[in-house]
Amino acid sequence: MSDTAPAPSATAAATAAGPARKLRFHVLRHDPHDPASVPHTDVFEIDEAAGMTLFIALNEIRETLDASLAFDFVCRAGICGSCGMVINGRPTLACRTLTKDLPTDIMLAPLPAFELIADLSVNTGKWMRGMSERLETWVHSLDEDVDLRRIEAPMDPDLADRIYELDRCIECGCCVAACGTARMREDFVGAASSSATTTACSVA
Amino acid sequence: MATRLEAPRWPARLDLLQSGTGLALGLFMWVHMFFVSSILLGKDAMWTVARFFEGYYFFGRPLYWLVSMLVAVIFTLFVVHAALALRKFPASYRQYRIYREHMQGMKHEDTTLWYWQVVTGFALFFMASVHLYIMMTRPDRIGPFESADRVWSDLMWPLYLVMLFAVEFHGGIGLYRLALKWGWFAGPDALATRRKLRTFKWALTAFFLVLGIATLLAYIKIGIEHAPNYGEHYVPTFLQGSAP
Ligand code: HEM
Ligand code: SF4
Ligand code: FES
Repeated sequence: MSDTAPAPSATAAATAAGPARKLRFHVLRHDPHDPASVPHTDVFEIDEAAGMTLFIALNEIRETLDASLAFDFVCRAGICGSCGMVINGRPTLACRTLTKDLPTDIMLAPLPAFELIADLSVNTGKWMRGMSERLETWVHSLDEDVDLRRIEAPMDPDLADRIYELDRCIECGCCVAACGTARMREDFVGAASSSATTTACSVA
Repeated sequence: MATRLEAPRWPARLDLLQSGTGLALGLFMWVHMFFVSSILLGKDAMWTVARFFEGYYFFGRPLYWLVSMLVAVIFTLFVVHAALALRKFPASYRQYRIYREHMQGMKHEDTTLWYWQVVTGFALFFMASVHLYIMMTRPDRIGPFESADRVWSDLMWPLYLVMLFAVEFHGGIGLYRLALKWGWFAGPDALATRRKLRTFKWALTAFFLVLGIATLLAYIKIGIEHAPNYGEHYVPTFLQGSAP
């Protein structure tokens, strides 16, 4: 490191307080429930802040620039699966995306393949339910009369771990939106179904 | 709750069959390349390999129908695989456009590779059929001179050149996708595994392309030299001068 280079703490301070980047969000807007609505792109400009996620950025836009902007966040921690959207071409969880990893121009679009509610908000639940009903991804009891008072047979911890791994799907819909076949064919069940089916099968 | 399982299981079985036929064909293409490239070791080496498949060393004389049978098996695998692959092709121009736009947005290598797998698969419908049919119907014309005449004088080299690229890309991508799909060679870090597999896949593709081009050039060279004596059979050096 040369003598002129600033000390690490100075650099951090500069990024935190110093000339922040101006971020331009190009957001695809449309409200299918409004007959007058035409799909179009709105551009919003805000200052980047340290540690900013898209959750923070979008809320700032809604609070300061356009109160009508529709999007979903519930847990803002990558657990609930409600914030999936297309960020610069790729489906991702918005709450887990840091603006510092993105260029200054950020394109946001709703996840394709799902029913659009408005702007960035889509109905993943409806799709997931349809898939579950089609593939019958619930526990099928082959035993006619189950004795609910009977003590359950213990499960091998390794098997439990493997099932848990599949059960971690938060049904965000990103894999469905990222899948070319799911986009081409509306009836394709997509990757989320593997976890649903396998979980149901291994539990059964 | 209902105890009858109604969700169809056929799509899963068909997928397994497509993967199975793809795996068999992909592995066969590697082995096939080594047999064909025996010409790089000399005409006698290739002659020996060709006679081997005719059962010459087991029965003392060539049984050409053995070769026809082997080709018929490969042809069957190929037709089954292609029929199953039809399920995945874009079925309309609209679907094709959707995939193209999706691919341009995603900018993900695996998404792009799948597109090329479909394109090369489509090309193979036609090219591989031509080749397989000739091998099945004229098994007696496989040998250093016979094959070289076909490559050069019968003008098969343009087809073989394009088909080489189509098969190597298609098979390479296919085997890579199979490894990802079934978790073969999977390590604890999924992204690292994917990077390793991809490097390995490209290395294999490069290797087989170089080997394939060198082999094709070898046949072209023999074909040009042998053009004046088109149709003549090759007699290995160790049998020359002895009884036919
Ligand atoms: C008419 C010729 C062919 C067509 C139309 C075709 C088409 C396809 C398509 C569209 C796929 C993708 C399947 C998917 O996305 O799940 C595929 C997979 C595959 N193909 Fe082919 N193919 C042909 C010939 C071949 C040949 C000659 C080989 C051997 C080199 C081969 C090896 C494979 C392999 C290993 C896979 C992966 C299997 C899988 O993903 O399930 N194919 N093929
Ligand atoms: S499997 Fe699909 S829907 Fe489930 S968490 Fe992963 S990307 Fe989201
Ligand atoms: S807000 Fe819950 S996953 Fe992003």
